[in-house]
Formats: sequence, structure tokens, C-alpha cells
Amino acid sequence: MSSNTTTVSTPRIVELRHNILKKNDQLARALRQRFAEAGVFVVNVVSSPGSGKTALLERTLTTLAPKLSLATLVGDLATDNDAKRLAQSGTKVKQIETGTLCHLEAEMIGHYLGDWDLTEIDLLFIENVGNLVCPSSYDLGEDSRVAIFSTTEGEDKPLKYPTLINSADVAIISKMDLAEAVEFDRAQMHASLRAMRPDIHIFETSAKTGAGLDDWYTWLEQRVLAKQKNHQQASPSS
Amino acid sequence: MHELSIAQSIVEVAEREASERGAHVDAIYVQLGALSGVVKDALLFSYDIATQGTGLEHSQLIIEDIPVSIYCATCQLEHELDGIQSLRCPICNQPSADIRRGKELDIRALELVDAAPT
Repeated sequence: MSSNTTTVSTPRIVELRHNILKKNDQLARALRQRFAEAGVFVVNVVSSPGSGKTALLERTLTTLAPKLSLATLVGDLATDNDAKRLAQSGTKVKQIETGTLCHLEAEMIGHYLGDWDLTEIDLLFIENVGNLVCPSSYDLGEDSRVAIFSTTEGEDKPLKYPTLINSADVAIISKMDLAEAVEFDRAQMHASLRAMRPDIHIFETSAKTGAGLDDWYTWLEQRVLAKQKNHQQASPSS
Repeated sequence: MHELSIAQSIVEVAEREASERGAHVDAIYVQLGALSGVVKDALLFSYDIATQGTGLEHSQLIIEDIPVSIYCATCQLEHELDGIQSLRCPICNQPSADIRRGKELDIRALELVDAAPT
């Protein structure tokens, strides 16, 4: 209720230092702690729609399922088609339908993990919403952020999304089987990625022919082992 | 476009801070890093929508752009960059992953006016 009194107040400046994403960052930190305690290695997969993210994950899940205990959270604006495809691997898969939201947030991850016993999971994939802008700002408590670019998207695409590349530690160049047909410039692609993230780890894969996938699987297995080793050292009694 | 949820968070924080101090918000000062992942124009547009019907409806969002600064291990100096497309030292051209500034997404200050006594 405002009154009609004409008391004139001088504006005053109050200094703050409040990170606008503080709430998400706090929740992400709590998730990271939970993942560390359970020894789960977590990968946040980001890409544009149609980059071959689901095909790559499908193949990865099927190949690694006999060796590792896997789980996947799949973010999509609508439909559970991707989750259904991935569930055929026989591993744990849950769909997160975001409605109109263009990215996943830490709060959703915590909610959708639900009753999963994290100690039974070695490797958790979070398939983010197909979008190269919004997911870059949101920490989900992951160990690694993997950005997928397909050869058909062109070698200058990373230059258009510098923030996302900078936030990723791994890049996968997918659909290498189509590289020749689309005159893909491999050297230029590597240069584009490294311009924004000099230490980025690059894989070149084809989910169709299987080329390059062994390196990706080996990397995942090594990282899972390293995480479990850290976990055992941190809690020697368990 | 995630700027609307960012704008809503700004409104939430500012309203809380202002009500704790028994004041109205005239303006909010935000620092926006070039690598924050947030688009300035989209945020300004979203702010107008997010403030509608709140105590902040006629307040101003003042955004300060923060360019990217990297630390060059070769020169042992921090350098501000013109863009975000290439994280290289402008002096010696060495790439650097050591980002010192440019990821800010912070509320730095509020301009408050004491609420008129009712």
C-alpha cells in the first residue's frame, strides 16, 4: 500500500556480490558430493539437435553394458522417444521432459535421480536438451562435459558457440563416415575447437561404422576407474 | 532462451534484499561476462517481462559487460581480449585456458529507495 505522503527519499546504493546462478551452483555442488561419495563418473552430453547424440549413446550403452553398470537421464522438450531408444540397451534410463525449458538444471537432476541407488551405478550419462547455448551456464554436478558436433554441421560451427565449447572438456566429432561427402575440413575443426578451449580432448567417431569408438570407450572406462579409485581412497572403511 | 529464468532469479534476489531493508528497488546493477552464456539484449527484454506485476515493475536493469581476461603463462601477465572466439595471448599468441574474468553473472548492487511509510 502506498500512501500519498510525498516524503522524498534519496536513493541509496547497496553493494552485493550475488551470483545469479548461485542456487543452481549450490545444488550442483551437492550433487557432485553425492556422486563422489557413491563413486559414480558423470558425463553431461551437450549438442545441437540432430548431431547424432542419441545414436552415439545407444551404441556406447550397448557396448559398455556388459562391463559397467550404466544409467542415463535424457532431457528433451517433449516425447520420450530417445529414452525408449536408449532403454533397448537394457540399462537404466529415465526421461526428463522439460516442457518449454531449453536446458537441464541441477534441481531436475536431483529430482529425477529419485530412487536410483547411486552406489550401484558406475557411469551416469546426462543427455542434455539439444541446444548449444543455454546448457552451457548450468552446472549439473558432472565430472565431464562432452560437446558433440557432427561433420555435417560444418567445421566453423564451434566458433559460433564459444561459451559452450569453453565450458566443455571433451569434444566428439560425430558422423565421420560422412566427412568426405560433405568435404569436412578436419584440421579447421580442430583449430576451431582449440581456439576456444586449448586443452579440449577430441574424439572422432562414427556411430554407423564404429570408427573411433574404441578410443571413446577406453577413455570412459579409464575415467570410471579413476573415479572409483578416488572414492575408495576417500572412504577406506567401505 | 534461458534469459527469462535468469531474469526471474534476479527479480527474486532483488525483491528479497529490498524487503529485508524495507525499501523499493530503483535499479539493479549486474555484471555480465562475455562467456557467461547470457545474451544482454535477451536479458533486458526478459527483465521487462519478469518484473511485470512485481514491486520491480518500473525498475531499471543496468548491465555492465565484462570482457574475457586470460592469464598468459609465457608473458606472466593477465590480458583482456577483444572477443571470445580465440583464447590466445594478444602479445605472444600462445593459447591459454586460464580464464581470469569473463564468466561473471552477478548482481553487484541495488539502488534502493526507502518505502514510503504507510
